[in-house]
Amino acid sequence: MKKREPISTGSEWTFDLINRYDQEIARIAASYNLETYPNQIEVISAEQMMDAYSSVGMPVGYHHWSFGKQFLETDKNYRRGRMGLAYEIVINSNPCIAYLMEENTMAMQALVIAHAAYGHNSFFKCNYLFRTWTNADAIIDYLLFAKNYVTHCEQRYGEEQVELVLDSCHALMNYGVDRYKRPYRLSLAKEEARQKEREEYLQLQVNELWRKTIPLASRGAVEDAEQRFPSEPQENLLYFIEKNAPLLEPWQRELVRIVRKIAQYFYPQRQTQVMNEGWATFWHYTILNRLYDEGLVTDGFIMEFLQSHTNVVYQPSFDHPGYSGINPYALGFTMMSDIRRICENPTEEDKRWFPDLANTDWVKSLDFAMRNFKDESFIAQYLSPKVIRDLKLFAVLDDDSRKDLEITAIHDDQGYQSVRQMLSDQYNLGNREPNIQVYNVNRRGDRSLTLRHYQHNRRPLGDSTDEILRHLARLWGFTVRMETEHEDGSVETTHELVVGEL
Amino acid sequence: MTQVIDRRLNGKNKSAVNRQRFIRRFKSQIRRAVSDAIAGRSITDVEQGENVRIPSKDISEPVIHHGPGGKRDMIHPGNKEFVKGDRVPRPGGQGKGRGSKASNSGEGEDDFTFELSRDEFLEFFFEDLELPDLVKTKLAKLESQKTVRAGYTTAGIPTNINVIRSLKGALSRRIALQSPYKKQLQDKERELEDALKLHGEYEPFVVELKNEIKFLRKKIKAVPFIDEFDLRYNNRVKRQVPTTQAVMFCLMDVSGSMDQEKKDISKRFFMLLYLFLTRNYEKIDLVFIRHHTIALEVDEEDFFYSRETGGTVVSSALELMHQIIEERYPSSDWNIYAAQASDGDNWNDDSPLCRDLLRDSVMPLVQYYAYIEITTDVHQNLWHEYLNVKKKYPNFAMQRIEGVQDIYPVFRKLFKKQAA
Repeated sequence: MKKREPISTGSEWTFDLINRYDQEIARIAASYNLETYPNQIEVISAEQMMDAYSSVGMPVGYHHWSFGKQFLETDKNYRRGRMGLAYEIVINSNPCIAYLMEENTMAMQALVIAHAAYGHNSFFKCNYLFRTWTNADAIIDYLLFAKNYVTHCEQRYGEEQVELVLDSCHALMNYGVDRYKRPYRLSLAKEEARQKEREEYLQLQVNELWRKTIPLASRGAVEDAEQRFPSEPQENLLYFIEKNAPLLEPWQRELVRIVRKIAQYFYPQRQTQVMNEGWATFWHYTILNRLYDEGLVTDGFIMEFLQSHTNVVYQPSFDHPGYSGINPYALGFTMMSDIRRICENPTEEDKRWFPDLANTDWVKSLDFAMRNFKDESFIAQYLSPKVIRDLKLFAVLDDDSRKDLEITAIHDDQGYQSVRQMLSDQYNLGNREPNIQVYNVNRRGDRSLTLRHYQHNRRPLGDSTDEILRHLARLWGFTVRMETEHEDGSVETTHELVVGEL
Repeated sequence: MTQVIDRRLNGKNKSAVNRQRFIRRFKSQIRRAVSDAIAGRSITDVEQGENVRIPSKDISEPVIHHGPGGKRDMIHPGNKEFVKGDRVPRPGGQGKGRGSKASNSGEGEDDFTFELSRDEFLEFFFEDLELPDLVKTKLAKLESQKTVRAGYTTAGIPTNINVIRSLKGALSRRIALQSPYKKQLQDKERELEDALKLHGEYEPFVVELKNEIKFLRKKIKAVPFIDEFDLRYNNRVKRQVPTTQAVMFCLMDVSGSMDQEKKDISKRFFMLLYLFLTRNYEKIDLVFIRHHTIALEVDEEDFFYSRETGGTVVSSALELMHQIIEERYPSSDWNIYAAQASDGDNWNDDSPLCRDLLRDSVMPLVQYYAYIEITTDVHQNLWHEYLNVKKKYPNFAMQRIEGVQDIYPVFRKLFKKQAA
């Protein structure tokens, strides 16, 4: 390959250089068939990065104290030098917004462009979860709508009132997502028009619930009492509250909806941490190395890049003081690189484990993996014995009925399958969070709401449950209780909050 | 496809509102931290920000999660010696499966700490004292600065060019650069004159001489009339508005009847006065005088924290103050402020003496004298005597204080005077 002049030699960046690097990176990305939204790269200062940080990556956010808390914490840690700011924040929108921090060197800016503006960007555009659940064209508009709506409510009903509702919604945010039902798409204009309609309509719906909860002696009382409401347990607590809480005002329902929508928007990101970061890391690594091979960057550049790259994918072992679980960058990057290896240079073992993958076009196979999986299924499908050996993964069983922990599998022939299965389960959000569903509303009596926790492996609820119930009761307005259904089918009421205690 | 946007000029305080919200929400905790901070601070650092610590349980945002217990499988990296079937003792009791290392579940128990900015701190400081907004802004305002001329610089903007200086510079440069050539020119011309007297005009060395003269003339002409190098710009620097100096006397009764709470109230009072003075004066000296039966000049630490017992003779402090003024703070050079805090107890015979001292020797020297009586009992005789002083001097303020919120009225007069 003919050597070319490097694009730049110093570490300082300029807008001109950013454009030139971007062109080269885009060219390489296109040669690997990366499909991306158009990019909008924004250069910001460290303070602005902290702002972006504390609004959980939403470019436009409504006001809430918890973001202020986040900001103070980030600010403090940054000032004391306890943490560097993340290199990048990237927003799943169309055009895809990526932030570059002005303090960074040219090499770092190029790394971020490759990582965020091409890696994450293509993941957002192509992965099935993002395609199904998020609408990159409309998200900025929606966030703007949400911000304006919240401000409007604050002016009309007071900041305190709005804050109470938002606090409670945030507490239940993780239970504000539809895991299975498919969503429909809306634009800002439609959203605003429909919001008014919805307000009136929802109130009518609730009135329906009200009517039924007022005891009427003449109606078929027995039949009515036996039917649960909702007739099937519902997983989306916030949705249920938005539609059915008897005492909420229309604007409060809209706030519940806003939090729920935002939770839903972030849900795919929570389910694809390993894949998303792995994918972006794999591509910045591949693209920048290609730049180096083509002679477009200097030795100094590639050394600086490799150093940050190595830090990013560092996985401390379990007994290291800095260990805090598996590093999604490390696992993701290792697996993505491993898929390429299996496609290009499969061993006998790989051929046994991945007959469909060995000796195929790695670009296509990797693209397929990125599009059609989430962490849980991705690990179940692609975690190879080699990766298990390289990372020396092992499984520990923690059973509180036994005195000791037990090592149940390690990186050997008998262990590969179970390690792979358990790691996949570990990334299943359904296992990580307690399974809680709306079970019943007492329509004939005190209108109390019952949630049911379907227990798995005897794991109890955490100590914040009372607090959560307080938030739930604030939204529901009547007594709420939490039942636990044990694996043997027995049910006990574990927490209850009788309204009046509020 | 790609658009690069420079957003650095956009406002950076996007989170300011959220920060305010946070502070409002945790007002009570922060207020507690602020009043603790005041107790621990010296009067002169009342103006810094403050680290505030809030127990993390108060500000946690709960989410539903699993508690410890039950059965769970965990995958960890970095296996070294384990094989299948090994048993390992559970680290840290009921903790999570964490291999052989202590669990790090201790995180989250740390308190949440953050820094309150100076403005936020003062906001809380004032809030307790129930100052009206106008006064608050007056106190919180930063020093005004004045731009004054300070010579000339070689760099600046065109509007600041000083023409005379620049041209003077150009002239001297021209003289300096041209003079060697001029001297040579003079010599050559003389030589030429002499040569022409003896030789013909077309003699080769005469021609050469002529050429040299031509060349020198050109050289001289080539020195530019004005060069960038000559430019001088008016220089202006910012300087604090010159104000005179002030001295603040803090007088406090430290007899047995003044308990720590009363001292804290007086401390607030002194701080406020100090803050007020820093707004108006560049340099402030603090003099602490404490007294029981005899008065003593002490440092701040001793002033607030040492305990004395015994009776009370207020006049001793006034005498000492008068003496210090005479010795070190002539009233022609110094603005003298005094603040006296006491619980009002005094020996009956001493009170008239205090009155006379104040009226005849102290009050004529001071700008302002504030007396606060910290008590919930009936007024003591000192109060009645001081009323006489008040009649004569409008710049004498006295106030009975039961809690910190009563401090402000003492200042009203002071600010009124300031506004006039």
